[in-house]
Amino acid sequence: MYIRDTIAAVSTPPGNGGIGIIRVSGDQAAVVGNTVFTSVSDGGFVSHRFSFGTIRDAATGEKVDEAMAVLMRSPRSYTREDVLELHCHGGWLVVERVLALVLACGVRLADPGEFTRRAFLNGRIDLVQAEAVMDIIASKSEAALQLAQRQREGALSKRIDEVRGCLLKALALVEAYIDFPDDDIGSTDVASITASVESAQSMLSDLLVTFEEGRIIRDGISVLIVGKPNAGKSSLLNRLLNENRAIVTHIPGTTRDIIEETITFEGLAIRFLDTAGIRHTDDLVEQEGINRALEKVPLADLILAVFDGSRRFSQEDQMLMDALAGRKIIAVVNKSDLPQRFSLSDETRFLAVVPITALSGDGVDLLKLTICRQFHHSSATDSREFISLSRARHRDALVSAEGFLHQFSVGLVDRNLELLALDLRGALDSVGAVTGQTATDEVLDLIFSSFCIGK
Amino acid sequence: MTTCDQIYDVIVVGAGHAGCEAALAAARMGCRTMLLTINLDAIALMSCNPSIGGLAKGHLVKEIDALGGEMAKNIDATGIQFRILNTKKGPAVRASRAQADKQLYRLRMKRVLEQQENLDLKQGEVTSLCLDAAEVRGVVLRSGISYLSKTVVVTTGTFMRGLIHIGLNNYPGGRAGDQPSVGLSDQLRDLGFQVGRLKTGTPARLDARSIDFTKLETQFGDHPPRPFSFSTERITMPQLPCYIAYTNPRSHDIIRSGLDRSPLYSGIIEGVGPRYCPSIEDKVVRFPDKDRHQTFIEPEGLDTIEVYPSGMSTSLPIDVQIAFYRSIEGLERVEIMRPAYAIEYDYVDPIQLHNSLETKIIHNLFHAGQINGTSGYEEAAGQGLIAGINAARRVKGLEPLVLTRSQAYIGVMIDDLVTLGTKEPYRIFTSRAEYRLLLREDNADLRLRELGYQIGLVSVQDYFQFEKKRLGITAELGRISTTRLQHTDEQVVVLARHGLLDIQKGTTLEQLLKRPEVSYADLAELDCVSRETSEVIREQVEIQIKYKGYIDRQMEQVEQSKKLESTRIPQDLDYTSVKSLTTEVREKLSKNRPDTLGQASRIPGVTPAAISILSIALKSSSWQGTDLQ
Repeated sequence: MYIRDTIAAVSTPPGNGGIGIIRVSGDQAAVVGNTVFTSVSDGGFVSHRFSFGTIRDAATGEKVDEAMAVLMRSPRSYTREDVLELHCHGGWLVVERVLALVLACGVRLADPGEFTRRAFLNGRIDLVQAEAVMDIIASKSEAALQLAQRQREGALSKRIDEVRGCLLKALALVEAYIDFPDDDIGSTDVASITASVESAQSMLSDLLVTFEEGRIIRDGISVLIVGKPNAGKSSLLNRLLNENRAIVTHIPGTTRDIIEETITFEGLAIRFLDTAGIRHTDDLVEQEGINRALEKVPLADLILAVFDGSRRFSQEDQMLMDALAGRKIIAVVNKSDLPQRFSLSDETRFLAVVPITALSGDGVDLLKLTICRQFHHSSATDSREFISLSRARHRDALVSAEGFLHQFSVGLVDRNLELLALDLRGALDSVGAVTGQTATDEVLDLIFSSFCIGK
Repeated sequence: MTTCDQIYDVIVVGAGHAGCEAALAAARMGCRTMLLTINLDAIALMSCNPSIGGLAKGHLVKEIDALGGEMAKNIDATGIQFRILNTKKGPAVRASRAQADKQLYRLRMKRVLEQQENLDLKQGEVTSLCLDAAEVRGVVLRSGISYLSKTVVVTTGTFMRGLIHIGLNNYPGGRAGDQPSVGLSDQLRDLGFQVGRLKTGTPARLDARSIDFTKLETQFGDHPPRPFSFSTERITMPQLPCYIAYTNPRSHDIIRSGLDRSPLYSGIIEGVGPRYCPSIEDKVVRFPDKDRHQTFIEPEGLDTIEVYPSGMSTSLPIDVQIAFYRSIEGLERVEIMRPAYAIEYDYVDPIQLHNSLETKIIHNLFHAGQINGTSGYEEAAGQGLIAGINAARRVKGLEPLVLTRSQAYIGVMIDDLVTLGTKEPYRIFTSRAEYRLLLREDNADLRLRELGYQIGLVSVQDYFQFEKKRLGITAELGRISTTRLQHTDEQVVVLARHGLLDIQKGTTLEQLLKRPEVSYADLAELDCVSRETSEVIREQVEIQIKYKGYIDRQMEQVEQSKKLESTRIPQDLDYTSVKSLTTEVREKLSKNRPDTLGQASRIPGVTPAAISILSIALKSSSWQGTDLQ
């Protein structure tokens, strides 16, 4: 039943706007249209053509709004089902009222993303594309939007197809040697089998290294601000956000809980997390804040270690450095306007050392750039060739394919061909899982077109 | 018109490799059976190559044998060269192949049929089926007589509207020297069957006396020859070699010069030919860079000078044939005894069959063999056996026997045919089987013997012998998993010789056998009980231990797919009522009418998403007619 019922939702953002769109998808779309909407011209809906008319409450006959309506008949619609769109005035009250009328016709309020899910279930878009549409809607930055758009256009699917092509070629060779032992097709051409597998492997690893970057573009970077109390972390946060988000006092330990804010810079979403200063304390609340800060350390993409440039490197700074072992860190030396007493014993532990004055904002733009530069290889992402993985599901499937191919390469020396074929099929299935394809008779087609078979 | 008063249980139309298995199975299962053929002297005739088996085909033959069919026994009794192919590769892709003495092969099969209880053999051409609405009632012969039956199995091979081509000449024929079958396929088309046209070909038969064999490579069979049948103890026929020859650039020039008179390239032949068994002109045209093509010169029998040049089928005119065969080194003065020819014939798209091989349109009518678009004796025999079994089971009111894709190549083949249909002659390959490691020749009996016995085709003795083997395997597997190395002086010497001194005392024989460098023969050196183990048990134990990881992995996959495979789709399901399906998917499903969700998932273009939709639709009992409007 769930699959076949009709759904409706407001498709424009909540709040008052110039226009409000109510979208209906499913068998009942036309019925709903004819019930709530009366065209000024005679005759019912013509598919894909807007008509002007009024929306009325069928029960009372009361006129609710003037509106434009369009019915898109299956399968030429977003979901491949019959889709009705009612474009009414954008007042929040009106839109809610119209939606209520639609729902009164017996249709169900759509779940989040359900229109897109139907488009996928009905075969209009593949999994990657469906996921990309979700990403377009949820894009937090320009770069994320671009990436999603490209995935929707099928760039990733196309690259995946290339990987499949290589694997199919290798499998066809293996299968030919298994199934046609008496045919004169030359001795096992290990070189061309491995060549195909290797090019699949290199495409896979190229894709996999983009995952980290893709994820960052999609989800943004999380940057953890840590340091001893009163080093100026909260002032820095306020400067980065250009607003007084965090409470700043001269009292050490003012920040207790984690403060989280996102900015967009150079097309990249950066999520800053300001934390409690790290020190020994008997204050239970402050201690809890410090624990929370330390818990975030392994989860952050980057850490800003804030030091007080007017003071010497202290015991507490050392405590902090110990807690950050093995992480990507930028040293931020604050209070650069004061006489400097601070020095770092080992600068190589840091990606960069940036002096700033949080109070005046000096050096903060340089810091933002330094942060971006750690992640955002703008030259690569701007190129139209750039294809990136951004979903864990894709990554997992490709990692599994890589595993099969590794097994294949290791076994090449002493394993039987039919076992190698099993590895190749495993890899093909994994890769196909990204786009929802599985290998069928393609292997045989390739064999017959590449070899002269026929004893 | 005369009607015979006896009502048969099963009538089999056609006595080729499919028809013989079908008739024998039905009769052995106790059904009153009649086998009809256009020519009683051509029963089980090998119309093309004089051999049985090969990759995946050998697997089919062993499966037929395990189920109680005749083909394996017949080739064992009449085979004149036996070889195991792919011995350097793993056990799953090893396959048996044998050359047959063509005449002895057909004569022995005829004798078996003649001696079979419940089975009548008759000569006659069936021109139409007797029908009662959508149910078959019997057959009508050209002579005017009609025979009534409860079920009919049609195995017409290349005979329906057969048309033979040699160069631009063509004439009706079911095979060189035999009349075609005319009328039956017209009736099938009128009944709503999708009747199509396929093409196949056969090379010339050459006079061995005119061949200089000293210029050819000799290929001997295995010694000792290993039989196909699980019931055959040893091969007693004299064994002969084959010879290998090659075409050369001059041969290819001759072929190219004759293409203007090729029915294939002048558009006279409409039927689709097999891609895996192309004619020589096809090979030359499609692979112009290849400067030679191999041919095996195979004997047609012990007492004949006729030989068969495999891979050299052609429909070129006779003068081109002579010139081209004579261009081959060693064949410079060769004489053609029977010319090569191509044949076009009618087939019925197997998509219109259930996986029992019963047609979806006409009740109690079964199709098997080339009528279903397959090629090959083994493919035909496998289908014939299943069709015969299921016709008999229908008569007895039993559920049909359906082999799954994880159970047998026969299951893979029939599932491919009925799920996907075919537009070209279908041949089995090991790569068609997704569970290839499970479907081995060596375990065909372990997979199917029990089933054959339950159906009633495997004799008590054969079954008893099988049970003994099965118990022996289980016992030996148990024994080696509990027998531990004691590191006696004798054992240490053997271990040292094999470079296995790192093996700890107390290691089980099973653990030892798992090591890639250790074979069962090595165990026999270490342990006196192993020395006593019979060859068949050794083989099974070794394969099952060495491939355990892979076999287990495939078993898991089988388990996972079971849900899809066992979810049945009602035959009258109205796909248009499942609204969320795309038009394309809906059309495909409506055309293919899969029996199960598993079948549906193998139809190209039916996406995983469509399968989820279908499965949801099937779960909701209200799929039928509950349109929201």
